[in-house]
Amino acid sequence: MMSESLVMDAPLTAADGVPLAVKLKRQARLKQLKALGLIAPLALFLLLTFLLPIGLLLKRSVDNPEVVSVLPQTSRLLADWDQRGLPSEAVFNALAADLTRAREEKTVPELAKRLNMEISGFRSLIQRTARKMPLELAPGASVRDRFIEIDERWGDPDHWHAIARNAKSWTPYYVYSALDLRETKSGTPELAPEEERAFLKIFGRTLWMSLWVTIWCIALGYPIAYWLATLPKRQSNLLMILVLLPFWTSVLVRVAAWIVLLQSEGLINRALMGLGVIDSPLPLAFNRMGVYIAMVHILLPFIILPTYSVMKSIPATYMRAAISLGDHPFAAFWKIYFPQTVAGVAAGALLVFIMCIGYYITPALLGGPEEQMVSYFVAFYTNVTINWGMAAALGSLLLVATMTLYAVYSKLVGANRLSLG
Amino acid sequence: MSIAPPSQDVLVSFRAVQKSYDGESLIVKNLDLDIRRGEFLTLLGPSGSGKTTCLMMLAGFETPTHGEIRLEDRLLNNVPPHKRDIGMVFQNYALFPHMTVAENLAYPLTIRKLSKSEIAEKVKKALGMVKLDNFGHRYPGQLSGGQQQRVALARALVFNPKLVLMDEPLGALDKQLREHMQLEIKHIHESLGVTVVYVTHDQSEALTMSDRVAVFKDGIIQQIDAANVLYEAPANSFVANFIGENNTLAGEVLAAEGDYYAVRLAGGDVVRALAVCPSDKGAVTSMSIRPERVRLADQAAGCENRLAGRLAEFIYFGDHVRLRLEVAGQNGFMVKVPVGQLDSGWRVGDTLDVGWSARDLRALDPLAA
Repeated sequence: MMSESLVMDAPLTAADGVPLAVKLKRQARLKQLKALGLIAPLALFLLLTFLLPIGLLLKRSVDNPEVVSVLPQTSRLLADWDQRGLPSEAVFNALAADLTRAREEKTVPELAKRLNMEISGFRSLIQRTARKMPLELAPGASVRDRFIEIDERWGDPDHWHAIARNAKSWTPYYVYSALDLRETKSGTPELAPEEERAFLKIFGRTLWMSLWVTIWCIALGYPIAYWLATLPKRQSNLLMILVLLPFWTSVLVRVAAWIVLLQSEGLINRALMGLGVIDSPLPLAFNRMGVYIAMVHILLPFIILPTYSVMKSIPATYMRAAISLGDHPFAAFWKIYFPQTVAGVAAGALLVFIMCIGYYITPALLGGPEEQMVSYFVAFYTNVTINWGMAAALGSLLLVATMTLYAVYSKLVGANRLSLG
Repeated sequence: MSIAPPSQDVLVSFRAVQKSYDGESLIVKNLDLDIRRGEFLTLLGPSGSGKTTCLMMLAGFETPTHGEIRLEDRLLNNVPPHKRDIGMVFQNYALFPHMTVAENLAYPLTIRKLSKSEIAEKVKKALGMVKLDNFGHRYPGQLSGGQQQRVALARALVFNPKLVLMDEPLGALDKQLREHMQLEIKHIHESLGVTVVYVTHDQSEALTMSDRVAVFKDGIIQQIDAANVLYEAPANSFVANFIGENNTLAGEVLAAEGDYYAVRLAGGDVVRALAVCPSDKGAVTSMSIRPERVRLADQAAGCENRLAGRLAEFIYFGDHVRLRLEVAGQNGFMVKVPVGQLDSGWRVGDTLDVGWSARDLRALDPLAA
């Protein structure tokens, strides 16, 4: 036995003769299985409630089922259309057949609605034509002529291009629209005419407002976090409760409270007027000011907590060391203390910013029309116009913006971390 | 044993310094202390004895409630810490984690607006001094505890301060490394001639490194002396017990005989002890004797004080053996015997002669406990 184990290149075996590597691997596998078993319920939950809905949402933003499902024959024929002039007699025939069936299956409205997004007036065109189905034709008469007779717009190639564009089961239409783009006839995107643009401005506004809320949160949260981190434990615990207190009330209640405080007949304006500081009420609510105040208030804890926890881990001796080396306390703070808190501030700022760009209720209640952010339009398209495609496209773009931001951020902050060792 | 400081002139003086945090109790009571230029002074004491508070007052992070602190005749009380020009080494090193070792060392020099070439040169020299020549580009997080401590030391010295304070700088290191660093700090002190004030609660560290040790208890300096004097001639029971190992015998003073007292022990034996703390006739005294000053069996024959002791336990230490004996009714009396002098015939339960010179038994103030 001894001599065996002394041979260098022979694989080491356990007492029962099984190679050690195999035995180790077996043990590791068992551990892995146990770990998997422990996280399985959560993984399953996340899959069903988080990943799946997001996947569906992303699909919705490019999903284009209406034309293909309601006009199957027409779609098939239009796929081979050379896009020049009007389609052939066969296509008109197919359209007549498809519309007849759609009328029976009562699927005309969804088709009409979808095509109306492409060219306004398409809804009435489809509905009027569908009512004439099934087509009564004199033998030998052209279906195409009959259609143009019903409505001369069938003689306009643009309307056919619109149908042909959507004869696929997916479309970039919603995503393009959400970016103020439109598809040219050749299929490449171009910027929509100035008066039709809306969403770029809204995205810009969303990012701009989020940026300002984040800046204000840092400006207000950093000193508080520093104060909390330097206070004795008992006092800091009490103050921490005050910081967390807003968490225990619903956002809706807090926004309502801000309305009570900020509106022109609100407590603040009345108090200021009562004191004679101002003559007419300050416009604090239902404008950008009101949205900023309420959002900063709601999001402040999200920057205080990570900043505080990082500050708490910085021993006071760093500052003392810097001062004993001859640096002025303010300079020492800036050069020694602040750089070490960057990771916490960055984490908090990212959190605040990401929450901001998805904010809905506060701008909706405390802002005017010029304060509405992307989420408002997501809600608008889901609840009011029932345009899931647009809602999903806006939501997807928001998601992409957030992920891009996160990637850039983690690269910046993460790389910084790494160099710290 | 101790190296005489190059000059005896005073660098720092504390005069009647008091410090209270709560307005009810004094953490430092009426401190008078002179720190000589170039010396290595250790403030030694249990936690809460006021030694760190003294250091912090000297550094400027605490202000004295009363009294004066002077550095070279300049009143320090109202000088902010960043203008004191005192280097400091902290227990947790306090190296700036976002700066490299070289940047850490350059920090005090940049503040002093030295030229780039001067800074580079000084940083290089400082790194050489602590034997970390190739570590300038590393971050503190990539260094071991001992290396970080060296960098902290170099940083506190690199701007040539008049005084360097060290607040338990080796507390976080393991024993072997700590002993190594003690010698290294001592050698650096000797080669630079800088004045060092060192705070520790580790008495062996204090004895190894210092020119003088100030023993603190309850905000008062109990004794300030060279290490050997502190060990061989403790001024009171606290110092005797705090520094090194010590046997305490309690007894009643019968009479004063010149520099000595005749003291009756609990068992009725009478011994002679050097009178260190004045005691009245009939008063209780605690007498202290170091374990290595006690002679056993035949060697005890010529001693002035001789008692009978019963062997209770052998404790083996490799280079020496400690014997626990029952002497004069006390069963915790320790005697250190080098292995070579151990009589292999001794057994637990044997009765031996125990003796020592009267000079080595010091009659001190009675222990409170």
